Amino acid sequence: MAHSPQAVDGLASVPALLHRNATQFGDKPAYREKEFGIWQSWSWSDTAKEVEALALGLLNLGVNEGDFIAIIGRNRPYFYWSMVAAQSVGAVPVPMYQDAAADEMAYVMDHCGARFAIVQDQEQVDKIIEIQDKLTEFEHMIYIDPRGLRKYDHHKLHQFAHVQEQGRAARDEFASDLKARSDKLDYDSTCVMLYTSGTTGRPKGVVLSNRNIIEASRSSSDFDTLGPGEEVLAYLPMAWVGDFIFSIGQAYWCGFCVNCPESPDTMMTDLREIGPTYYFAPPRVFETQLTNVMIRMEDASPFKKWLFDRYMAVARKVGPAILDGKSVSFGDRLSYALGNLFVYGPLKNTLGLSRVRVGYTAGEAIGPEIFEFYRSLGINLKQLYGQTEASVFITVQPDGEVRNDTVGVPAPGVEIKIADNGEVFYRSPGTFEEYYKNPESTASTKDAEGWVATGDAGFFDPDNGHLRIIDRAKDVGKMADGAMFAPKYVENKLKFYPNILEAVVFGNQREECTAFINIDLTAVGNWAERNNIGYASYQELAGHPQVLDAIKVHVEEVNRSLADDPMLAHCQVHRFLVLHKELDADDGEMTRTRKVRRGVISDKFEDLLGALYDGSDEIYTNTEVTYEDGRKGSISATLKIVEAAVVSVAAQQVAAE
Amino acid sequence: MLDASEGYTTEDGRKIGGVVMEMKNITLRFGGVVAIKDISFDIRQGEIRAIIGPNGAGKSSMLNVISGFYNPQEGEVYYQGTLRPPMKPYQVAQQGIARTFQNIALFEGMSVLDNVMTGRIRQMKAGPFAQALWKGKAEREEVENRAVVEKVIDFLEIQAIRKTPVSRLPYGLKKRVELARALASEPSILLLDEPMAGMNVEEKEDMSRFILDVNDEFGTTIALIEHDMGVVMDLSDRVVVMDYGQKIGDGTPDEVRNNQAVIDAYLGVAHD
Repeated sequence: MAHSPQAVDGLASVPALLHRNATQFGDKPAYREKEFGIWQSWSWSDTAKEVEALALGLLNLGVNEGDFIAIIGRNRPYFYWSMVAAQSVGAVPVPMYQDAAADEMAYVMDHCGARFAIVQDQEQVDKIIEIQDKLTEFEHMIYIDPRGLRKYDHHKLHQFAHVQEQGRAARDEFASDLKARSDKLDYDSTCVMLYTSGTTGRPKGVVLSNRNIIEASRSSSDFDTLGPGEEVLAYLPMAWVGDFIFSIGQAYWCGFCVNCPESPDTMMTDLREIGPTYYFAPPRVFETQLTNVMIRMEDASPFKKWLFDRYMAVARKVGPAILDGKSVSFGDRLSYALGNLFVYGPLKNTLGLSRVRVGYTAGEAIGPEIFEFYRSLGINLKQLYGQTEASVFITVQPDGEVRNDTVGVPAPGVEIKIADNGEVFYRSPGTFEEYYKNPESTASTKDAEGWVATGDAGFFDPDNGHLRIIDRAKDVGKMADGAMFAPKYVENKLKFYPNILEAVVFGNQREECTAFINIDLTAVGNWAERNNIGYASYQELAGHPQVLDAIKVHVEEVNRSLADDPMLAHCQVHRFLVLHKELDADDGEMTRTRKVRRGVISDKFEDLLGALYDGSDEIYTNTEVTYEDGRKGSISATLKIVEAAVVSVAAQQVAAE
Repeated sequence: MLDASEGYTTEDGRKIGGVVMEMKNITLRFGGVVAIKDISFDIRQGEIRAIIGPNGAGKSSMLNVISGFYNPQEGEVYYQGTLRPPMKPYQVAQQGIARTFQNIALFEGMSVLDNVMTGRIRQMKAGPFAQALWKGKAEREEVENRAVVEKVIDFLEIQAIRKTPVSRLPYGLKKRVELARALASEPSILLLDEPMAGMNVEEKEDMSRFILDVNDEFGTTIALIEHDMGVVMDLSDRVVVMDYGQKIGDGTPDEVRNNQAVIDAYLGVAHD
């Protein structure tokens, strides 16, 4: 590698950081979790004790150095402790998506050869028992919530609290072993293994070292001047690299407090109660929040609606400029201050975003209107571009240089180069070690000099030096006439409409582009209710003629805006259909992080795709669906093919001349 | 037949104790109508006991006899081995018998939390003056009671609607809140009057799981009335079958399923 930074002050591992925090910030809260209606909290010194007890308990169960420990559950302090406890005994934590079906879990657990698993409750225990026979190396399972598990065979099944108790009891026997193992950890030892969601093919295990995690956390914390006083709400999947960096990497580096919600359903209430200062959410969360606000404003009294509209217009005009510290006239500042009193302040409070100092969105492109809405309220929302292989950070937007169409400048310590075909490459201290047991993929992704291929095509904006991502390099194709086909770009434009949840655009090697569309049940459902349109199911609403008309209007608007862009004018959508089911990770149509799997979709709905190109008006189809518990069923429907008006590119050019 | 004093172990390993409640030759009349005619059966410690039967069979009346709402004209009720004199429902509640209703009986305008807190009324001893000042004993009591209530809320997974007024909840959730209120009183016997009426399949599955978990986790004895035969046969340890106020069957789900009188009552029989 070109450069491999060394640890400062012996802080070469997460357990070492925990030790420092327990000494330096002993009484400060490290974790909070709402349980029984009250925020329970653990200080850094409590955390160190909990982690030690668990680590001793793991030694007692016979965990060896280099073992893999699967961690499956929602964000709870116990799971964060489990990760650090695993690290301190020299084992490797492998957090996994708790909503994955049993056979997806089987693949990952078998691939890493996990000997132990720490899981949430009966649901996960049952899933693992179901696949246990296929896992040759698997031995012990530890669960947190004992409910319903009393009668299970406990030879190889242990309650979390009991493992800790046994650990405490065996302190004399194992304390020296534990110390020896934690002391051995250095910058090169493995910190965590995270499985990528895999838009194509099987998930790959990304091995991240302590150097990767700690360096990425250190430089990104400096970038945004994060300190021990931050509050974050941990609600994103623990198996995702972002959560690992925010809730472990940066939290341990800075010594800030991680708050865990009471249950997934109470997320919004908990967010409001905690009022995080540092907040991270994928665009989908911001979209949902905005949709909810807009739906509720539709139902508000005329005066309130007027007040909201009046001051949101002010905010749109001057809000982002004020946030960026640009000069704004006194009159506008005064209106904005009044708006803050009447509208923005209370609204931010309701959204739980009053105290947000640094907010990020990443993972997908965010709609410019959504992004501007939050910025105009005075929330410092920024974009970043990253991936698991980079320990998140590739580019970030610095304060005051936020734009909705770029993803920012290279993060501190990151070098970026653009290949001739437009693909973005990077190299940084956060660059992953390897794909576990997959040297071919490692070699094809990371070259000898440490440059990693992102798989995304992009370019640096000549005006401001920010990176712009166009599309997944793999997805960018050519249309039959040889013009560039960038599906993601078109899909994002479509998805910016609240009524459209998901869109998949086709056109590679074809004459014209077409699209599959998923409606957003919340937004469209609410609209249907207000317009007295009755519906009994998603399928029925999706096929309603008025819904199709509304979607058609959106598609045509997108076509008009595409026509203005000479590079992409030929990607206008000629025909579309609204799918009869929501694309779902359980059916393999999306990844667990909700990215569409193009290949799977075009194979699975081959008949529908054919109908989009053979001139038919409607098509009957029957689709297999998988329920959450793995059972299968099928749904059938007759779908209408809708023609959308396209703007003739040639005509436009003539008009322009 | 089983010995009254000793318990047994079910197929799935649950320990069922001795008889806690025994109904002996109960007859209940409303004027000339005989709602219950000479019925005897018992309920054992820790079991799930179902009462089934066609409409108008007298199931709810039977439950109301157990809960003390009706006093039968004939027959005796033994609770924990002693004869129970005629009682008011609140006295029965004080003995540790809680119930839910066929038609939801919650305080619609109050939040879920307040509704569930009313289940603790039996445990609140501080006088109205102390309650109003909310000092000393009253404050301590409220904190203790709230702790119990929060455990129940956690158990039934209704944290997200803790502060929501009951009137805004869908039917299935209201049923769950009613169960929460009954559980908050930490009953030794829980009476459920059609806990799954009007629910969809998913809600029924959830409710069944909660009933089993309550029984498993707290060892609560449960007597329930239910129409959904699938649910009854899956959940209960023993079943009493009633028809026209009379008992026509009593035993394990398998025994009842194969009982000719029961089959006739449910499927109808040709009268010559």
